[in-house]
Amino acid sequence: MRKLPQDFTLGAKNAANNRLLPVHESAIKHVTGQAVYIDDMPEWPNELHVATGLSTEAHADIVSINLDKVRAYPGVVDVIVQADIPGEIDVSPVLSGDLLLAGDFVHFIGQSIFAVAATSLRAAKQAVALAQIEYKPREATLHPRQSLERQEFVLPTHTISCGDAKGALESAPNKLKSDMYIKGQEHFYLEGQISVATPNEDGGVQVFASSQHPAEVQKLVARVLGLPVAQVLVEVRRMGGGFGGKESQAAVLGCMAAVLAVRNRCPVKYRMPRQDDMVQTGKRHDFWNSYQVGFSDAGEILAAEYDMVGKCGCTADLSDGVVDRAMFHADNAYFLPNARISGYRGKTHTVSNTAFRGFGGPKGVLLAENVIEEIACAVGKDSLDIRKLNCYQTDKDTTPYGQKIDEDVLLTLIEELETSSDYRARREAINAFNKQNPFLKKGLALTPVKFGISFTSKHLNQGGALLHIYTDGSVHVSHGGTEMGQGLYTKVAQIVAKAFGIDYQRVNVGSTRTDKVPNASPTAASAGTDLNGMAALDAAMTIKGRLQEFAMEHFAIAADAFAIEDDQVILGSEIMSFPEFIKLAYMNRVSLSSTGFYKTPKIGYDRKAAKGRPFLYFANGAAVAEVIVDTFTGEYKVTQVDILHDVGDSINADIDIGQIEGAFVQGMGWLTSEELSWDDKGRITTNSPANYKIPTSADIPEKFTVKLFDRSNSEESVYRSKAVGEPPLMLGISVWCALKDACASVADHKISPPLAVPATPEAVFYAMQAAQNHKAGVNGEVAKEASL
Amino acid sequence: MKLILNDELIEENTLPSDFTALRYLREKRGLTGTKEGCASGDCGACTLLVGALEDGELTYSTLNSCITPMQSLTGKHVVSVEYLSKTGELHPAQQAMVESHGSQCGFCTPGFVLSLAGLYENKQSSEQPIDREAVCDAISGNLCRCTGYRPIIDAGLSMFKESMFKESMVKEPMIEGSNETPYVELMSKNDSIKTQLEGLQTEPHDSSNYLQPTDLEQLAHALKSNPAATLIAGGTDLMLENTQRYRDFDALIDVSCVAELKHLHIGETSLTIGASVTYSELEDFSKTLYPQMNALLSRIASRQIRNRGTIGGNVANASPIADLPPLLLAFDADIQLLKNDGSTRVVNIADFYQGYKQTQLAKDEMIASFDVSLDKLAQFHRFYKVSKRMEDDISSVMLAVRFEEKNGTLTDVRLAFGGMAATPIRGLKAEAALTGKLINDEQALNQSIEALRSELTPMSDMRASSNYRLDMACNLIRKAWLELNGTDVVTFSGHAVSDSILSTGSEASNHA
Repeated sequence: MRKLPQDFTLGAKNAANNRLLPVHESAIKHVTGQAVYIDDMPEWPNELHVATGLSTEAHADIVSINLDKVRAYPGVVDVIVQADIPGEIDVSPVLSGDLLLAGDFVHFIGQSIFAVAATSLRAAKQAVALAQIEYKPREATLHPRQSLERQEFVLPTHTISCGDAKGALESAPNKLKSDMYIKGQEHFYLEGQISVATPNEDGGVQVFASSQHPAEVQKLVARVLGLPVAQVLVEVRRMGGGFGGKESQAAVLGCMAAVLAVRNRCPVKYRMPRQDDMVQTGKRHDFWNSYQVGFSDAGEILAAEYDMVGKCGCTADLSDGVVDRAMFHADNAYFLPNARISGYRGKTHTVSNTAFRGFGGPKGVLLAENVIEEIACAVGKDSLDIRKLNCYQTDKDTTPYGQKIDEDVLLTLIEELETSSDYRARREAINAFNKQNPFLKKGLALTPVKFGISFTSKHLNQGGALLHIYTDGSVHVSHGGTEMGQGLYTKVAQIVAKAFGIDYQRVNVGSTRTDKVPNASPTAASAGTDLNGMAALDAAMTIKGRLQEFAMEHFAIAADAFAIEDDQVILGSEIMSFPEFIKLAYMNRVSLSSTGFYKTPKIGYDRKAAKGRPFLYFANGAAVAEVIVDTFTGEYKVTQVDILHDVGDSINADIDIGQIEGAFVQGMGWLTSEELSWDDKGRITTNSPANYKIPTSADIPEKFTVKLFDRSNSEESVYRSKAVGEPPLMLGISVWCALKDACASVADHKISPPLAVPATPEAVFYAMQAAQNHKAGVNGEVAKEASL
Repeated sequence: MKLILNDELIEENTLPSDFTALRYLREKRGLTGTKEGCASGDCGACTLLVGALEDGELTYSTLNSCITPMQSLTGKHVVSVEYLSKTGELHPAQQAMVESHGSQCGFCTPGFVLSLAGLYENKQSSEQPIDREAVCDAISGNLCRCTGYRPIIDAGLSMFKESMFKESMVKEPMIEGSNETPYVELMSKNDSIKTQLEGLQTEPHDSSNYLQPTDLEQLAHALKSNPAATLIAGGTDLMLENTQRYRDFDALIDVSCVAELKHLHIGETSLTIGASVTYSELEDFSKTLYPQMNALLSRIASRQIRNRGTIGGNVANASPIADLPPLLLAFDADIQLLKNDGSTRVVNIADFYQGYKQTQLAKDEMIASFDVSLDKLAQFHRFYKVSKRMEDDISSVMLAVRFEEKNGTLTDVRLAFGGMAATPIRGLKAEAALTGKLINDEQALNQSIEALRSELTPMSDMRASSNYRLDMACNLIRKAWLELNGTDVVTFSGHAVSDSILSTGSEASNHA
């Protein structure tokens, strides 16, 4: 019997159609090194390599540029500045402001001013260092606090409200008023940003991109070249990780390579070395959240006023959606009867921040969970009791933006995990331990997540697919989604196999190409399977319908006498193999190719009223984390994690569990060891894995269990599954809350001391000091980490 | 340069001295299974296994090919991921990774596979079991951003188990199988490779730009005939000049194979550590003899880096955040310096550092070895390293402490720090405040801490604030003092603490 990786029972309904779940479609290629990433593709002898000259000022006019030495450097073939771009210079994903090359003005350190194409990357990098650029600096805005003071925003502020937040806050018996600075996160996909462009014979170009959004790369490449979109072909087989960092950011590389390829009539590769990638590409937004909360003596939230300032960087990029999603998730799992949530799009002269798994949501959820921890200490209760008290439930089921929570999942899930993790007994044991041990303190927290599934930009909620069956019965499916490790190709193949009733191995999923499925949405918002799986299913059902029609006519059978099961075609009393039947259908001129399409139903958000249904459904989960802290240093270990997560009817439980674990650890990293740091000139100082520390294998607990919550999606999603990519990232918040709990234990939970994000050992140490000072009655300054 | 790359004997005579193994494989050999993730030895996507003959035995260890000069691998067996499934069957490490869902995006996977294959190789050939600690150690230099590591650790732990899937699972992924995959043999038992390597050892290494002397005589000759050459040992720092700052080196003289610089032995009065001894070698050596030293070494960089980096390099590099200088300061180690003309002199570590990245080393000198007094090694000592991340991170603050005690009195005290100044530094006033005092004199301890606050002013950077560094330095002194006085202070820094001891874990919980 095959070992299952977790305590998970494979129900018949969970498997798309197979006794065993397929492993990742590329698993063997991964482990043997045969999986091809763009940098692994054979190079042409005349292939050129790109490096760009970067701004060293955060905000400045460019007075002069002297590139003579750059041009003269051995190996350099071409050097371009903004004026050399044949088409438009703007490569923004949605709005405007992101320029392929800066002109006479720069607005962040690391902005590309010119580009070099050379015979090797090394030559290109050596050459760009020789540029002489003179700047006239302007005053720079580097912190979202300054953005708010100066009212410098990349886009207008949006506010969501319900009830009477102000009045309810005034009359509330207890109040909290504080703020928290939440730092961003570097994606650190293992494969850095890369594109290769090859000119074709028609003046167009083919681009191999490591992008979550090939259609956008295609559109922008066409734009910078001044070509019709149809003359550009973009192909993405796989990415070595994306996490949102290759949603909008990848286009610049495709565009730059394409411009240089067309100019020089040769293939051009633009691969960012790690340090350039960490300096030049956008990250998760920092958020500066101020909050006022009113609550009852029992700990029930009565009113909330939240001001959330996103550090968007120098341009809008995807920040509108990011800040919106932060606002949509500031309730997390909790009912806010009276609330005002304002989201500000702070402009700073730093790299334009972008999508990152969770897309703003984590900054809302963390705010909500911080508030819960603080209320719990204020009313002297276990934070879990405050969570359950405020959790969405019957009669407390409407979000601040007016969407009703239809499913009764959250509280059930929390209670199931409370029991299975033995939360209460562990809490008692931890209290006893903390009383006895002067040097070590333990902390515990159970935090839920409720994450809205759908793009908040309504038009993106569409998916397309193209499906062919060949005469030997093999199936090829293309769809608009991209593979970045999340197992989308595997799941889509399973869905197609199940739709036809055939074996999984008959189905091949090919590269994602803009000439197969046009105008595809980015693979983002956790919606890859929801949208593309549905589109593939639609295509499959179209062909299956034709096959049925053919069978009815050819074999003179009733509709219900036709079926395909276990790879066999049932035709009344006759049984035929799938290839035989397909061959027959072909001979009888049945079309064996179809497109498929899907658009998400029911959704719509009225921005003016700030009410509506932005999400088709919510994915839910909860995690219990336990930590132990060394009070001498603030160093800590996560000692146990238990997760219960809701993926509806899982299409591939192994893949879903992999997503949950990976997202959890990524979320934990964001909140613990991963600290972005900038100097007072606006230069990022954490520009390498030597000084930016993502978790290693030693950081995860030995006791780490993940279970899937056993309930179907109540919405008609693909095979009643639920999206899984982003939601579990926020389960990592349980670690941060557990650390905060350990700090609070020093003050006997009389206060929940402010804890910086990320909670590095230093942050934990000073939070403990604050708790210690509180207990000692010292009127010490709460050691709150300065945020810049 | 001659070496065996996978199953092929390679001869290559045109490489630049600093041409990395990673570039060689990818650009010259089309072996693109090995990936560049960072080009700085921090992510492990470029991990290779390298087999070398030692005392007639063939042993394999991992390294970061992105910062390893290809020519430094002369006479070795270089194994990339492509080799492991050469027979058409998956290596147990590959098999286990597939079965455990150990890959998602797959980019880091070949690196993990090689780290696990190295672990398999070493444990299997010595017939030792693989436990979680061993797996985490083996992959300590491999970053994965997708999986969260659990399935990779599981893969490492299940490498010995009977295979559940047939090798042909990609074609027939649904078919259950229980056939054990008969993996050919252990690489270290491969006589053909061994014989070939033995043959290579006798060949002269005739590269003109990468010299790899094997004894002092050859070294002297190399230095004399290449006065402009740069010295390289493990290259784990030097090569960043090449890969991060795009500096081209001309000739390199590799001192890592000079036999006299590899000495590691206990003499009558001192422990001698040759400058070219690697972290891994010292870690191994100190395992039972000097557990505190061993624990510190296990927290320096990653397994891949420790397999290459040398003790001499760590000290000569003169980084104020290196971890061995404080250790050597705590023991008043003597440094034997070797001049190009063959003459030597001895400098005490206390006099070695002159300023930020400045040492007593003259242009024509190198470190030959370190002598650490056995008496001092026998005294109470502790090393504490505080960093943002437990594995593969640079110290925010590091304290090496030694207390000499006679009849309840502290007769000699060393408090040596990393991360507290522009050089590795001792807290002289803090030491003085404790010296001559009773070991349990808490007032003296407090005075020592006060003295430290007055004598050191560390800087703030991306790793830690100045305040935190100072607070840590003080708290670590307190911690050491408590340990000296027999208080059981569990500490995370310095040695790994098993989760099972720490977690509240409930038998009542029905979890695995």
